[in-house]
Amino acid sequence: MTAATTAEDLRARTRALLADRPPATTDRADFLRARFDAGLAWVHYPEGLGGLGAPRALQAVVDAELEAAGAPDNDPRRIGIGLGMAAPTILAHGTPEQKSRFLRPLWLGEEVWCQLFSEPGAGSDLAALGTRAVRDTAGDWTVTGQKVWTSSAHTARWAILLARTDPDVPKHRGITYFLCDMTAPGVEVRPLRQITGEAEFNEVFLTGVRIPDAHRLGEVGQGWEVARTTLMNERVSIGGMRMPREGGMIGPVAATWRARPELRTHDLHRRLLGLWVEAEVARLTADRLRQQLAAGQPGPEGSGTKLAFARLNQRISALEVELRAEEGLLYDDWTMRRPELVDFTGRDAGYRYLRAKGNSIEGGTSEVLLNIVAQRVLGLPADPRDDKDLPWKDLAR
Amino acid sequence: MTDLLYSDTEEELRAAVRSLLGARLDPAAALARAEAGRPHDPALWRTLARDIGAAGLLVPVELGGQGASHREAAVVLEELGRAVAPLPYLTSAVLATETLLGCPGPAAEALLGPLAAGESVGVLALPLTAAPGAAATPTVRDTGGGRLTGTVTAVADAAAADTLLVLADTGLHAVPAAAAELTAQVPLDLTRPLARVRLTGAPGRLLAGPGPARAAVDRALRAGAGLLASEQVGLAEWCLTTTVAHVKTRHQFNRPLGSFQALGHRLAQLWLDVAAARAAARAAADALATAAPDAPLLTAVAQAYCSGVAVRAAEECVQLHGGLGMTWEHPAHLYLKRAKSASLALGTASHHHTLIAAEADLPAPPA
Repeated sequence: MTAATTAEDLRARTRALLADRPPATTDRADFLRARFDAGLAWVHYPEGLGGLGAPRALQAVVDAELEAAGAPDNDPRRIGIGLGMAAPTILAHGTPEQKSRFLRPLWLGEEVWCQLFSEPGAGSDLAALGTRAVRDTAGDWTVTGQKVWTSSAHTARWAILLARTDPDVPKHRGITYFLCDMTAPGVEVRPLRQITGEAEFNEVFLTGVRIPDAHRLGEVGQGWEVARTTLMNERVSIGGMRMPREGGMIGPVAATWRARPELRTHDLHRRLLGLWVEAEVARLTADRLRQQLAAGQPGPEGSGTKLAFARLNQRISALEVELRAEEGLLYDDWTMRRPELVDFTGRDAGYRYLRAKGNSIEGGTSEVLLNIVAQRVLGLPADPRDDKDLPWKDLAR
Repeated sequence: MTDLLYSDTEEELRAAVRSLLGARLDPAAALARAEAGRPHDPALWRTLARDIGAAGLLVPVELGGQGASHREAAVVLEELGRAVAPLPYLTSAVLATETLLGCPGPAAEALLGPLAAGESVGVLALPLTAAPGAAATPTVRDTGGGRLTGTVTAVADAAAADTLLVLADTGLHAVPAAAAELTAQVPLDLTRPLARVRLTGAPGRLLAGPGPARAAVDRALRAGAGLLASEQVGLAEWCLTTTVAHVKTRHQFNRPLGSFQALGHRLAQLWLDVAAARAAARAAADALATAAPDAPLLTAVAQAYCSGVAVRAAEECVQLHGGLGMTWEHPAHLYLKRAKSASLALGTASHHHTLIAAEADLPAPPA
């Protein structure tokens, strides 16, 4: 079979799938398996791995056909880390065995993935991470350390894991990338309660966890290069959603403003209009980026989307608490919960205000992202650094 | 959906304008001319307006124009802003042209042809601060038979005009510039000359009665405000690019200035703001070009946002050039003066916020 590269071909294949497994009378899991095996899961992936080697942009053709037919999806929000980070990294760096073992259950949602990267001592400076992986005589690994800010760890079957395999070389060169079984002995997951009262994230303690060498992704000591694939995909997926006007954090504030004339003051009005303009411009900027990507002119604006929305969400939600006057003193619910999905605009104004504080920290702090814009987009020289060539074991900590 | 990109034709137009300005506009010479009281360069204007055909972009072919749109005019304005060019493009090819397009009838059409062909310069005789959505009371009276008397101040590019479009109590009139008494005012922005226009029984030819005149002027001010955003984007981009180049080569403390994180973060933030301003300005130009229902909203958003970005970019440019940025010799001051003046032109950000409040249904509290 030759690879599908045209929209017409993909449309025909999708219709054939729908005819073969009518969504109305087909079990959801059956349908998803048939879709994967037909190469219509992610068409830009290779044949046999859920794709057809087609241009990525053509996925939209398949999705539109499936949506029109009322076909079930793989609940992408629930398995975002697997789809957005683990899968592209396994595809780029995995062995044939790893790709065929992991990608299918990942896409089907049968196996949820989480990411074991950040540590209490390695946040922005991720390459300084200290979780140790020691090789035994059989070539397999024993991992000990602590990870933090892990979403989905409590539902995950697998994790992508960075660990230090050589402390005697500079930090970027002594890291190896692993696929870690979250049900293995020695893996302990504890909820990490955050300032909103709930626990979206976890701490993960790894104590003598055995990982077979077959679950190493990429070469020993090449983990940092492998991780770059993951991190690039993380920032793309955080900044990539399309929005209608007032679709973001400004929506609930504007709605409150319209519904509650008694809350209006001149000062709040002035600030609301300023933020409304910024929200509209940020939306147009993200639209323009999307149009550039669709036209095959990827611009550097992508680095800015997350920065802009983080700042905006924080300022808008802060205004909203103030707008609500006496109600701004209240909070909807401090009960400790473990939500499976994050909803930045859900719940009450106080929750939005607190949750938005994380927007400038998660997925790269705004300070680090500004460094990236300064150095990679504007081409400014980096601050002089002395940590790149020192052995990891000699770094200050 | 709003097209926020640049077409190949638009990029070709940009290249033509940029290369013309690069070859023929020297900031030092322009400054010397401005100080000598002759800011305009009629030869350069003829090449841009007539030879490149930029003056007639907004005018339909059957009226003697290029039959293009606000999208193309916006690209020309980006380049004029990037060069702080002292050319009457915004005033003649946008404001006067849009005003005449809003006055149907042979009298207005007769003026449009020469304007579109770059053979004549028209200026709408209102203060540069005139804003869309704000009914300005005419300061000129018709004393009978189209004889106009009154004074208008801060009229941009009046000195370059052949024809003045004058809003009087009886409507909009065309007045030969030679029939008006023009006194140059000392402008903050040396690259956009201002004049006081005094009429004492000057002969006006009526183009539209009071109601239609107001509508035509409002249409022009709205388009002008939306397209000024593109001039501001070009200006801001020059400031950013020039400053980035400076901090890469200027050394202090045995390091390039740009290696200091405090400066890198400031310039990265400015880059974000300029990218956002470009999206806002493109949205406004496209909405004007397609007469989109939300064009009034998007032009107000663009002007409210881009004027601040241009001022910030010019202020950062002066500050990060250090002492050099304070000199008369370095062109940074021309950009600062243009940016600050432009933030008052065609409605301040605060005025456009008021328009947005109405368009987006975000009403003010009761007075």
